[in-house]
Amino acid sequence: MQRPSSDPAVPAGASMQGISAEALLSLRADMLRFAQLQLRNTETAEDLVQESIEAALKKSSSFAGQSTLKTWVFAILRNRIIDHLRQAARTVTMSSLVNDDDDWQESLEALFNERGHWRGGPRPVAWPNPEESMQTRQFWAVFETCLDHLPANTGRIFMMREFLGFESDEICAQLGITTSNCHVILHRARLKLRGCMDSGWGRPEGAKC
Amino acid sequence: MLSCREMTEVCSAEMERPLRLGEQVSLRAHLMMCAGCANYRKQLKTLRRIMQAYAEGNATAVDPGLGKDG
Repeated sequence: MQRPSSDPAVPAGASMQGISAEALLSLRADMLRFAQLQLRNTETAEDLVQESIEAALKKSSSFAGQSTLKTWVFAILRNRIIDHLRQAARTVTMSSLVNDDDDWQESLEALFNERGHWRGGPRPVAWPNPEESMQTRQFWAVFETCLDHLPANTGRIFMMREFLGFESDEICAQLGITTSNCHVILHRARLKLRGCMDSGWGRPEGAKC
Repeated sequence: MLSCREMTEVCSAEMERPLRLGEQVSLRAHLMMCAGCANYRKQLKTLRRIMQAYAEGNATAVDPGLGKDG
């Protein structure tokens, strides 16, 4: 497989001791979880994680601390996922992108009345302190579950935009879809993800799912 | 006057491109009267922050002792 040209540079200020294989392997489970969420294919996820660990081991520098190593290794993985998606995107058809959300009309009707105004229950109320919640495992468990529940292609495009940091123009171009289609898909993803986070974390008193 | 349903589309579009003048005016007018949409808009921005933290690996860097569940 062609090596991505985009592997991140080793952070400045790194010492010269070399990366321990143990330190890298301890990150493997986390890396797998990330890759799997994004790719929804265990085999590909395992391949890319393995390649990323090998790529990291080949570099001869080490890092000031665990978190720096982690950030760096995840950046390598992220670039490999991007390369993979770029290739895979060419085989995705337009209809499978737009039609993978069968219950979209129902979700809209559940949220808005016939005049397009919020229904009482779903009307958004302010979320309690997200920054504080982001320090808890429970919060991230809810978040991952919500990401996982997005329709597959909708979720993939949302992840390309918000997780991998593509601009939406770039996503459209790569997938060969129009800007407005791309925006519609992102809008659906946000509406659904917000709703899921709202019931799972934002107002747990009224949780329904 | 745009409905809340249409407003949620504008709020998402705002995350992707600069709004047109007409959209900006509609959005501002709507938000003054609609707390639901004002909260929705704020939450989309929060979701983006959460995603950024997630992409930086924060989810796996959490100290289990810090949470309510810890």
